[in-house]
Amino acid sequence: MGLISDEYVRLLGAWPSPFVLRTRIALNLKRVPYEYLEEEDSLNSESVLNYNPVHKQIPILIHGNKPIRESLNIVMYVDETWLSGPPILPSDPFDRAVARFWDVYIDEHCFTSINGVAVAKDEEERKAAIAKLEMCMALLEETFQECSKGRGFFGGDNIGFIDIGFGSMLGPLKVLEKFTGVKFIHPETTPGLFHWVDRFYSHEAVKPVMPDIEKLVEFARLKKHTTSSLDT
Amino acid sequence: MAEKEEVKLLGIWASPFSRRIEMALKLKGIPYDYVEEILEHKSPLLLALNPIHKKVPVLVHNGKTILESQVILEYIDETWKQSPILPQDPYERSKARFLAKLVDEQIITAGFVSMARADEKGREALAEQTRELIMNLEKELVGKDFFGGKSVGFLDLVAGSMIPFCLERGWEGIGLKVITEEKFPEYSRWVKNLEKVEAVKDCIPPREKHVEHMNYMGERIRSA
Repeated sequence: MGLISDEYVRLLGAWPSPFVLRTRIALNLKRVPYEYLEEEDSLNSESVLNYNPVHKQIPILIHGNKPIRESLNIVMYVDETWLSGPPILPSDPFDRAVARFWDVYIDEHCFTSINGVAVAKDEEERKAAIAKLEMCMALLEETFQECSKGRGFFGGDNIGFIDIGFGSMLGPLKVLEKFTGVKFIHPETTPGLFHWVDRFYSHEAVKPVMPDIEKLVEFARLKKHTTSSLDT
Repeated sequence: MAEKEEVKLLGIWASPFSRRIEMALKLKGIPYDYVEEILEHKSPLLLALNPIHKKVPVLVHNGKTILESQVILEYIDETWKQSPILPQDPYERSKARFLAKLVDEQIITAGFVSMARADEKGREALAEQTRELIMNLEKELVGKDFFGGKSVGFLDLVAGSMIPFCLERGWEGIGLKVITEEKFPEYSRWVKNLEKVEAVKDCIPPREKHVEHMNYMGERIRSA
């Protein structure tokens, strides 16, 4: 009788989606062989800066005949099913709670702040949304310092749950930086994060699947989901 | 010599998010100190502990602070192994987490918005949306006493604290019939099962006071 972890794995996604990216990084980290299927319909409705993660159809992980939905859910499922690879969540219950909390924060506050900047109707709204996003970055800088404890990643020596949750946001963040001219991750204000970004991008589980920034910018422009105040 | 465990819960009597933590602690037989936070006036302690969300519940365990109710539930389950609340199987666990998110993001929103609408047509539209969402839970209950199978689990606590023992009280207050036994036989059976579990029953907010409170909240939202 075969192992559950040997059953066929398929991932349905869309290349610009940061949520799909999370799941690909997790699968890569655990060296799980999988078939990746680009969902045309999802691609058409995908947006780089405007998110409604609650209603998203992708990513979907299909393991054997079981569908698993929602990006962080999938990452946890991968962590709990393929035990031979490096752990994504730490082993201590309190450290796990900290990691889970920050990914909730990233989804509830950071992504919505990115939305906020993208859909701002006037300069005042935009400034407020930018300030909120900058506050998110400041908090995450603090978290990075606390969690990394001088090592390279939120997860310590290797990428973990927060690295994956936040790192997947770097694409949309860079697109926003291009549109607004504001640097959200900065060597002076967020030095920890600034250097972490390069490390994250270079990681063997991330590099092959991180979307090219120019392609993302182009995709965002084509979709015209940005308001006129952002068109440069 | 046994180490003195300090378990403190900062909560709000009417909040389904803090009630579900109490249910979990009671299920596992964990003694705890409860501190009631008042909605309007957040205590300095709470603000100091939870500067980001300024919300309850907050669990403090031996000096460590844990935030976000679903995160707290998983922490409790991993720290105190008796009476497990999350399923063992990763796939079952992913289903429980997915549906729990559905409850805390979509069902709660549709539910509260249905109470916030002043017009009948608007209310009914939101009620219909809420019914569609709750149907996902209905399907999951077929052939089971609880979402957790034979015993109360993670999703039972999340959905139980939120729907029958919070949203339904709000709907009762405004005379909106969202869930009927006819349309939701499994759900109705499940609520009756829940009411028989001591750890759940003891942690349900008192009915009359709760209905009154939900009415008050609804009025505040409608007049805002």
